Order: sequence, then C-alpha cells, then structure tokens
Amino acid sequence: MGMLEAVLMTIATAATPLLIAAVGELVAERSGVLNLGVEGMMVMGAVTGFGVALTTGSPWLGILAAIAVGALFSLLFAFLTLTLVTNQVATGLALTLLGLGLSGMLGESFVGLPGVKLGNIDIPILSDIPLIGRLLFGQDPVFYISILLTAGVAWFLFRSRAGLTLRSVGDNHASAHALGINVILIRYLAVMFGGACAGLAGAYLSLVYTPQWVENMTAGRGWIALALVVFASWRPWRVLAGAYLFGAVTIGQLHAQALGIGVPSQLLSSLPYLATIVVLVLISRNRRMTMVNTPASLGRPFVPDR
Amino acid sequence: MKKITLSLAAAAAALAFGTISAEAKVKACWIYVGPIGDFGYSYQHHQGLLEVQKELGDQVETAYLESVPEGADAERAIERFARSGCNIIFTTSFGFMDATNKVAGKFPEVKFEHATGYKREHPNVATYNSKFHEGRYVQGVIAAKMSKAGVAGYIASFPIPEVVLGINAFMLGAQTVNPDFKVKVVWANTWFDAGKEADAAKALIDQGVDIITQHTDSTAPMQVATERGIKAFGQATDMIKFGPETQLTAIVDDWGPYYVKRVKAVIDGTWEQHDVWDGMKEGNVVMAPYTNMPDDVKKLAEETEAKIKSGEFNPYTGPITKQDGTEWLKPGEVADNGTLLGLNFYVKGVDDKLPQ
Repeated sequence: MGMLEAVLMTIATAATPLLIAAVGELVAERSGVLNLGVEGMMVMGAVTGFGVALTTGSPWLGILAAIAVGALFSLLFAFLTLTLVTNQVATGLALTLLGLGLSGMLGESFVGLPGVKLGNIDIPILSDIPLIGRLLFGQDPVFYISILLTAGVAWFLFRSRAGLTLRSVGDNHASAHALGINVILIRYLAVMFGGACAGLAGAYLSLVYTPQWVENMTAGRGWIALALVVFASWRPWRVLAGAYLFGAVTIGQLHAQALGIGVPSQLLSSLPYLATIVVLVLISRNRRMTMVNTPASLGRPFVPDR
Repeated sequence: MKKITLSLAAAAAALAFGTISAEAKVKACWIYVGPIGDFGYSYQHHQGLLEVQKELGDQVETAYLESVPEGADAERAIERFARSGCNIIFTTSFGFMDATNKVAGKFPEVKFEHATGYKREHPNVATYNSKFHEGRYVQGVIAAKMSKAGVAGYIASFPIPEVVLGINAFMLGAQTVNPDFKVKVVWANTWFDAGKEADAAKALIDQGVDIITQHTDSTAPMQVATERGIKAFGQATDMIKFGPETQLTAIVDDWGPYYVKRVKAVIDGTWEQHDVWDGMKEGNVVMAPYTNMPDDVKKLAEETEAKIKSGEFNPYTGPITKQDGTEWLKPGEVADNGTLLGLNFYVKGVDDKLPQ
C-alpha cells in the first residue's frame, strides 16, 4: 500500500462517521426539526455497538443494536419536542448531556477491554489496482453504506414524492397541515431516521475507527456533523464534500506536522474549523441560495389547530 | 450530574451531622481533566482515590468530578468543591494551575494540591508531580534498539514543560544507543480524543516510523500500531491488553501512596505546603513488564531503569546540547528541577519545531 493510498484511506475513515451522522441530521432538519442531540445519540450508539459486539462476538449485531438504540434515543427527543412541544434547542442539548452521562454509566464495565473490529472488505483483483484499488474495493463495509446512504437520501429528498412531502413540512408546516399532511408523524419519522444514523456513526467509532470503548469517545464529532449540515446548506452531496474536506484537512495537518514543516501546530489543528468557517461565510454571501435551501420552519414548534 | 447531586447531598448531610459525630470525617476531593474511563491518565488518578478509600476507610469521605475542562469551568468546579465541605482538593491537570491558586485564596482553610504545576501563591497550595520523563528515557533506549528505520513517532498533547521534558528524555535515551536516531513529533492538541490519536498514529506510520510512543491518554495509538504490525509504548497505564504483541513497556503512574500520605496528613493535622517531584525511586513511576523484545534489549532496559531508580543517574545529565546547537549542560552537570519544570526548548536531534 503506497503512502498516498494509505493517506486517502485514513481520510475516508475520518470522514465516514461525520458523513453518516450529518446526513441523518440533514433529514431531520429538512423536516423542520433541529436536534442538537447528535453527540448524545452518537455516543449511545458507540457504547451499544461496542457492548453488543463484545458480548455476542458479532460486530454486525453491534451495528444493528446501535442503530436501534440511536433511533429509540431520538424517539425520546421527538416525544418531548413534537408531542409535548418543548424547546428544541434546550431539549437537544439535554439529550447530548444525557447521552454522554448515560453512556459513561452503561459502559463502565467495558473500559479497558479491547473490542471487536469490523474488518475490511477485500474484493480480489480489483483491490490490487494501484492507488484507487484499496480505496474503492478494500474499505470497511460501513464506508460503502455511508456512500449509498448519501445517494439514497439525495434521491429520496429531491426525486421522490415522499421526499417532497417531507421538505414541505420543513418549509411551511401550516400549509402542509392544511393540505392534510400529518406533520407530526413525518417529523417523528425524520427525527428517528436521524437518530438511527447517529447511532450507526457512533458504532463506527467503537467498532471500526478505534475498536474500544472510552467515555466521551465521540469527542465533539456530533457537533461537527451538525455544523456540516449548515455548511452543506442542507444538500446531501455537499455534506459528503464537506465531510471529506474536513477529514482531509484534519489528516493533512497531522502529516504536515510529521513532515516537520515549520508551521505552529495550534494553527494547523484549527485549520479544519477555519476551513469550515470560511466556506460558511462564502456560502452565506449568496443570500438567495441560502434562502432557497434553508428549511423555513426549522426549529419552530408546530401545534395543529383543530 | 448524578454524582454532583450525590456529593452535594453528602456535603449537606455532613454539615447537618457534623456536630453530633465525635470524629468528623475528612473529605478529600479530586478534579480530573478526563473521564475516569479513559483507561489512562485520569483513570490512574482515580485508582489513587480508590486506594485512599481502601487505606483510610471510615476516616475519609471522597468525591470527584471528571471531564472538567481546563479553563473557566475548572474554577467553578474547584470552587464548588471548596464550598461543599472538601478539606483537601486535588486538581490533577496542569491547566488547573491558575484556577486552583485563585480559589485557594478565597478558602484559606481548605488544602489544595495541584498536580504537575509550579505556582504556589498561597500557603494552602501544594504542588506534586511525577518524573514521568525517567520512564521515557528508558523507552528511548528501547526504541533505538528496536527500531529498524531509526525513527520513532511521538504523539504529543500540548507544548507544556512536562511534555517537552518527556520528548527530550526519550531523545536522550535513544541517542545513547544510536546518535543519529530521529523522533517525529505530532501535536494532537488534545489530551484525549481516541479518533484523533489514531489518525496521528496512522500519519506517523505512513511517514515511515516503526515505533510509536504517546503522551496522550487513549489506547487508540496502541491499537493502530497493532494493526500495522509495529511496536509501541503504553501511556499512564499498562495497555498490554490492547497490544499483546505490540507493547514494549508502559509508564504506569502510581499516585496511590502519595494520596494516602497527604490525606492522612490532613487527618493528623500535619499537612504543610510543599513541592514534591517524585519518580521511579519513590515508586510513583513504574515500568510495566518489558515484553516483545529480545533478551539483550530487555537487559539493557532493566539496567537503565535500575540506574535511574537507585538515584545514581539523572537523565538530564550533561553534556547536553540544545536543538539550536548551543551548549546547555556541561559534561557531568545535572539540570536543576526549576529549569526542568519550566523547560521550553528541545535538545539536539528532535525533528520538530517546538510550538510556542
């Protein structure tokens, strides 16, 4: 494996959890719900995935369990914000705090145990193609799922009738309601999809990225995923571009350091965040594009008038 | 939150019943920078707390706060502990230094112990530290013996004296075996982020290092090293389970004896401000078993360890040249603790520019 290829593989690994969590959150936000609990749902997915994989010996069961737990955990958020109409920002923050605390408690007995790693796929012959072989045909299975997920969500939101309905709920819930669309049900489903994705992203951390459980192992990746959604102006393929850009800058700065170029490491470490801010500024200069893509009802509570 | 509520409730109970019980318990409190489940630095401090509980039993009550960020939150956390009836508070990370001193000024009756720092602005602040760099010197010797490429990767956290001390000691140890040995340094700018530490390890390995050592707290670099089939050193705790065929040795922090001693001093009323810097000799720094290396390397490592442990040898003994080529220590000259605790430059041979 050449160095460039190795670097590209590392970038893909760094970008995949961000991409999955961000695509899930994108769907929730397109339906008009801002769920700041991504970090909490991710870390719950990480501890569940690790625990189930360790006890059953099957990383796939771990992944399925993490997806289920992520969805269930977001159901709590959905019930509070959609049925009881609590403040979405506060509830989302509470969900993150709850997830971080609860996962620490659940995972106490897993600390210091090596985990089960979900291995890479290796398609013979094809994966031996220089440079791109391993990258395209020799990655971990979740990498392929993340790409398919992005394509699926892009198709669903912009090419299917159900997607149109979901977006209409996010853009103007009063009109959607007047048309007879069940706004609350659609938002429930969208939030749970986001939760399931966050759970999967968390399991990726504890089963593929670093197969171990340590408290708070998401280390802020949920927040980066949230930023990526805005960064991408709520478009799935741009989320993918953003996640890979972020991953590339993160890995690139580590290589720059190891090469010993004389740039302060603090500056290099902040590069991914600086890059995100610069792109955000550039995007928001185009006011019309921002207006078109931002779900107009984002974060606004909906109480159907009977 | 549950832990905080519990400790507050316990404090309220202690206040309420304090007059009734003949012998008031001493309350010892700890502030950790990471989660106790990091299986690294904070985990080891927590093992010290558990040893205090075991050794002093009914005489002491303990409380802790984990994952306290270095900065403004630290001051709030320390002050909360001081108000809740703690008699002695251990703040266990370098970044808690200013916050500790600030709160100490407001609570002169509470004892404060700050780990790895150097500021004692009030008579109720003591500082304590471990000479981790003694272990890193031994690691350097092993690394230079084991590395075929002649270059090791060093995952560092923040450019503070403690970390710089470790990098230099590693380099000095390695140079005794191979004067041309190289160390590549990557600053993760975090104490604890498993993913980022893994990425740093991958980047270093991709650039040709065949030994990894770390001054960050997760086991991720050990796992990456295992995956890529190279050797690595554990940090803060014995990480052999994460790399049965990878770990050469690990520096294990053993804070237990010190914590027992200091809490006991508060119980006896003999607590006094001090500044201690213990190492291998006092049992604060322990090397995990030497594994995955040939017998001659193991023997050399054991000899080096014994020399440091007996106090016969200090890793910072001249001649030592600074990175820029100027002389720092003359032959036979030993660096004083003050200089070491404020160390902000590399020795010759380190392949990195120290972030300022």
